[in-house]
Amino acid sequence: MTVSADPDKASFKPAMLIYDTRYRSMTIQIFVLIAFIIFVFWLINNTITNLFELGKPIEFRFLSEPASYDINQRLIEYSSRDTHLRASFVGLLNTLVVAALGCITATVLGVFIGIGRLSKNWIVSKIMAVYVEVFRNVPVLLWILLAMAIMIESLPAPKAFRGDTATASMYLSDSVAFTNRGVYIPEPLFNNPIGDISLFGTSSMRFDVSLDLLVILIVFFGGIFTSFKIKKWADRTQNITGVRPTTWYLKALVILVPTLVLLWALGFYLGYAELKGFNFKGGTHLRNSLIALWIALSLYTAAFIAEIVRAGILAVSSGQNEAAASLGLRPGRIMSLVILPQALRVIVPPLISNYLNLTKNSSLAIAVGYMDVTGTLGGITLNQTGRELECILMLMLVYWILSLSISAVMNWYNNSVKLVER
Amino acid sequence: MSEHAFVRKEIVPEQTPPLSSIGIVGWLKANLFSSWLNVALTLLASSFILYVLSGVLPWTFQSIWHASSLTECREIAMATWGKTHGHACWAVINDRWVQLLFGFYPSHLYWRPIVALLLLIVALGPVLFSEAPRNLFYVTAAYPFLLPWLMWGGSLWVSVSVLLGFLVAYIVIKYMVEIFGQLLGVIAAVFAALFWWTFLGAIFSEIAISVLPLSLETVTSRSFGGFMLALLIGVVAIGCSLPIGIILALARQSDLLIVKAISIGFIEFIRGVPLITLLFVASTLLNIFLPPGSDFDIILRVIIMVTLFASAYMAEVIRGGLASLPRGQYEGADSLGLDYWQSQRLIIMPQALKVSIPPIVSTFISVLKDTTLVSIIGLMDPLGLSQGIRANAEWQGIYWELFAFIALLFFVVCYSMSRYSMYLERKLQTDHL
Repeated sequence: MTVSADPDKASFKPAMLIYDTRYRSMTIQIFVLIAFIIFVFWLINNTITNLFELGKPIEFRFLSEPASYDINQRLIEYSSRDTHLRASFVGLLNTLVVAALGCITATVLGVFIGIGRLSKNWIVSKIMAVYVEVFRNVPVLLWILLAMAIMIESLPAPKAFRGDTATASMYLSDSVAFTNRGVYIPEPLFNNPIGDISLFGTSSMRFDVSLDLLVILIVFFGGIFTSFKIKKWADRTQNITGVRPTTWYLKALVILVPTLVLLWALGFYLGYAELKGFNFKGGTHLRNSLIALWIALSLYTAAFIAEIVRAGILAVSSGQNEAAASLGLRPGRIMSLVILPQALRVIVPPLISNYLNLTKNSSLAIAVGYMDVTGTLGGITLNQTGRELECILMLMLVYWILSLSISAVMNWYNNSVKLVER
Repeated sequence: MSEHAFVRKEIVPEQTPPLSSIGIVGWLKANLFSSWLNVALTLLASSFILYVLSGVLPWTFQSIWHASSLTECREIAMATWGKTHGHACWAVINDRWVQLLFGFYPSHLYWRPIVALLLLIVALGPVLFSEAPRNLFYVTAAYPFLLPWLMWGGSLWVSVSVLLGFLVAYIVIKYMVEIFGQLLGVIAAVFAALFWWTFLGAIFSEIAISVLPLSLETVTSRSFGGFMLALLIGVVAIGCSLPIGIILALARQSDLLIVKAISIGFIEFIRGVPLITLLFVASTLLNIFLPPGSDFDIILRVIIMVTLFASAYMAEVIRGGLASLPRGQYEGADSLGLDYWQSQRLIIMPQALKVSIPPIVSTFISVLKDTTLVSIIGLMDPLGLSQGIRANAEWQGIYWELFAFIALLFFVVCYSMSRYSMYLERKLQTDHL
């Protein structure tokens, strides 16, 4: 005899689709799915009808037409004869530049401020608290506009640097000039360069990578890699003999010497900006808009990062600190071996989501005229071609992919530091 | 008998601590001068404060309040202090503060946004403070319907007819659930409300208007602006995003695969793109997605997009709260025989929401701050207005005073919100740490 918990097939009644919990979830889901599909079709149908009436069917041909606008701050070659797609790509690189710069400075500042807020010194901790509250409670767009206004209004014009009666001067032995047209910094140049390699042929994504830079980076990171090997060797020696060999000069040697030799071989020198005519020539010109956006995003995000760092350090219980001290560790080692590894587990996930916010906030570049991907694809290209739907969808896709990549990094990190529970 | 020379018989009276460790001196020593490094930090930090204050205080207080243009301001500064810079020209605020607060809202109707703000405070009272009289919840319930009437004008009966739609739904739920069970009852209620709004509501409001108009002068969205606009968008988006966020979070946590997938798709899509792209959608695309010929208000479109944006973030925050509850709470609720909605309402949500108060409030704050982005699509929020003011010949080139005023407005509101969340956290704290 078989015992079956299932009800008889014959006893199934349509009412059970609603009253029986076994079937009800199915019923709900099917209804939701049907409603959702109808909703999506309704949207698509409306869109197609509307676009047909406007006479603009969806197509992406405009991307290969000449953009005919200029982008003044760019990493790669671009002229107004290039296509809209190329312009968007230049914009995307500009987004990445300001996001990367912003993340680095915001982290440095944020860690500094977060630790400062935990300082035993009352005045220091209060200053940091005021900083955090002021920057967190005022919109980032206002900070960006304010930074831009400071750049334009309070920095000297290039002509103030001229002549014997110059009212402004360059900093760091005449290498950096802060003017109201932007900041001029020295650019790295080579007497005997190896050249560039072009990637992606003649497509819109083509760009040149400087081989000099590539080689320098490879040698530099090779040096750092070797210094890690030296550290491991020192650890092994210490474990065997109990004496740690002095290695700092070895490490300095493997990092610095090959890099310096390479720089000498390439004939490295700095090209300084010089005042010629009405403006500075030479050097690397960082536009006002880039600097303003960079500074404002860094200062704003630093306030959030400071709170994260503070919370992370406070999350490590004081018993950890005391236990490490009773083992005889020095304060520096307590921080690096005991507190930080535990605090980082708390700090890093929200830190990365703040990087994400910074990247998304960099779209406010459009307010100060920095040509990031919003300014090119979502700004001038959209206005010139009138292809709202295509441009905005592509823009969203770009940011979405950026966000997904950053989230992927976060998930990878989370998995790698997850406590392994037995 | 004893080889001890001295044995104390009575307890020594407690001595006062040394003067250097109590009072102001002790505090100074502990907090400012405990070590050489600390002394150096104190000196450095105080000189930094002095430096900043020596610039900011004269600028703020040795300032000009009455002038009709920046040039006049500079002339007065030159005449009074002998230099044109280093003195704030608050005259621009004196001249334009009304505009910065209300935008181009008709000046004889300023009482309406002010009443709306006062009513908002009354309506928030019972939500925020448990000491407030409970009857005020009626104001809270009526507020969403009063706000559009006060701000945009028109007849009160339109709002009333929308409200009646909810009443219809409530009545249907009340009677149908007993007869047909929960699911069918809710579906019937939704259809009843939709039926009311599409067919009967318009007839009702027309009849009511012909009997007693109860109407206010209509104000078009174009004249909305200033801090009022920021608050309006912020308040509506905040108010709507919490319930939508809760529903999205529950959908994301649910066992229903399709519901879950739709919710995840929506949340991750919204969170992956910047708000400004959604505002572009509001300003250029939303009309394309809707049936041909429908063209509604730009502010309403912006509010819809900001609400969707805020809801996705709210959903993630609440999901964090839900995830932090131990499984035992869910199992306990099940074992009591509560159904899904009862267990959510009585067991899960009160705890999850309590855990997520700080991130919920910081989402609120960021929504309010993000309302400034509407200036990019051409709405006249304070930042947009400040650019308009600078475009005038009289105030061309004035930056800091306007920025300071706008920053102060936002700071006051956002800072009070963050303080309130800390108060609430303390009040709801039940663990004894």
